[in-house]
Amino acid sequence: MQHDLILRIAAKLLIPMIMLYALYVQFHGDYGPGGGFQAGVIFAVSIFLYALVFGLPAAMRVFSPTLVQALAAAGVLLYAGVGVVSMISGGNFLDYGALNPGDRALGEHIGVLLIELGVGITVAAVMIMLFYLFASPIDADDSGGH
Amino acid sequence: MQHAPYWLVVVLLMVGFYTMIASANLVKRLIGLGVFQVAVFFLYILLAKVRGGTAPILEEGIALYSNPLPHVLILTAIVVSVATTALGLALVVRIYHAYGSMDEDELVQHDNEVESALAARDARVLQAPRKAESS
Amino acid sequence: MTENLLILLLLVMLIVIAVAVHRLRSLFAAAMLFGLFSLVAALAYVLLDAVDVALTEAAVGAGISTILMLSTLALTHQRTEARHRRHLAALCTVIFTGAVLLWATTDMPGFADPESPVHQHLAPYFLQESASDIGIPNAVTSILASYRGYDTLGEVVVVFTAGVAVLGLLGGRRSSGRQRREED
Repeated sequence: MQHDLILRIAAKLLIPMIMLYALYVQFHGDYGPGGGFQAGVIFAVSIFLYALVFGLPAAMRVFSPTLVQALAAAGVLLYAGVGVVSMISGGNFLDYGALNPGDRALGEHIGVLLIELGVGITVAAVMIMLFYLFASPIDADDSGGH
Repeated sequence: MQHAPYWLVVVLLMVGFYTMIASANLVKRLIGLGVFQVAVFFLYILLAKVRGGTAPILEEGIALYSNPLPHVLILTAIVVSVATTALGLALVVRIYHAYGSMDEDELVQHDNEVESALAARDARVLQAPRKAESS
Repeated sequence: MTENLLILLLLVMLIVIAVAVHRLRSLFAAAMLFGLFSLVAALAYVLLDAVDVALTEAAVGAGISTILMLSTLALTHQRTEARHRRHLAALCTVIFTGAVLLWATTDMPGFADPESPVHQHLAPYFLQESASDIGIPNAVTSILASYRGYDTLGEVVVVFTAGVAVLGLLGGRRSSGRQRREED
């Protein structure tokens, strides 16, 4: 499939648009349908398309498995970190209002944006990780506990 | 007729349930689980619907919205369901590479053969010393 | 009224697809049809005003699940189900459970009834106060991220944990080639 000109050019056109749409869904989630869960999945799909058209090794050069694993953990840490910061600021765990005591609604808004980003990073990274694992052939000498 | 959507959801639930129990193939069972999950999602989303309401995105001039809480529960449940399905599929891949099959009947048959072979070996090992004593 | 009829029609379509998936012996076709099943479900969610859920179902169910199932089939070289067994015990169980559930629906409030207990307790607060509490128009996002933030943190951890579990099952030595070289 790597030599199919039409597929490659169509993919080159589509991938940036899918990524842009993922970012739109991520950051417009406050005003319309969308949010971290959906954006993460859509972003992962753009990497899937890249891997399907240009080959898995090429995708792994862009997003190495190590980076993907680190990002999966980083998203959860960002989410929990926002909770910890709001505790340090004097509120309860995940009480974003404490992030900006002057205007609690603004603090809530900032908190929501940050944790949605955390959700998006984790979901995208886990989905890419799952794809890498399922798309690679399995080692013959590594088949279970035999 | 007021409950018609719920009846259809129950039928869908049972189709998924039957696929889960009656299929021998493990991937088919996971598909059945997926159908079952979607039916459960529908139960929640149908409960959230309000006659004449719109999507729960607040806007001036609109007074009636559907209930957003079940939407939140199901939104996260869908993403978790794909993660757990992936875990199930990974187990299927592992089972296939250990047994060379993902058909439940063949797996059970394989296990029984291994078990009876082990039992026969144990029986030989236990009988051997007695023969030595008697001779 | 037409909306309700469309919802019923889509639910019937879902049942038909689910039965077709059950009857298909080709696993490849079953996986593809299951993607279609998700897409029809997403359409029904839109009609039920659950736009966020519809977006998720369309991206996850029709996209990721199908890809993962096809990859599993590619990894296992098994394309068809061996045979269909007629399972009398399973059929009896399913019919009995279904009958009990159908009986239980008679106690439920009518479909889309604004007076149903679901809409009396928390939802009015979320819909009236979230605009001033959080200042986000999408009530689903404000509940997801703020009112039920703890819950969502748990869900993200579940997704992460499932990813780590699959890494443990399928990753093996593949993802750590460096380590293997050190062992050799």
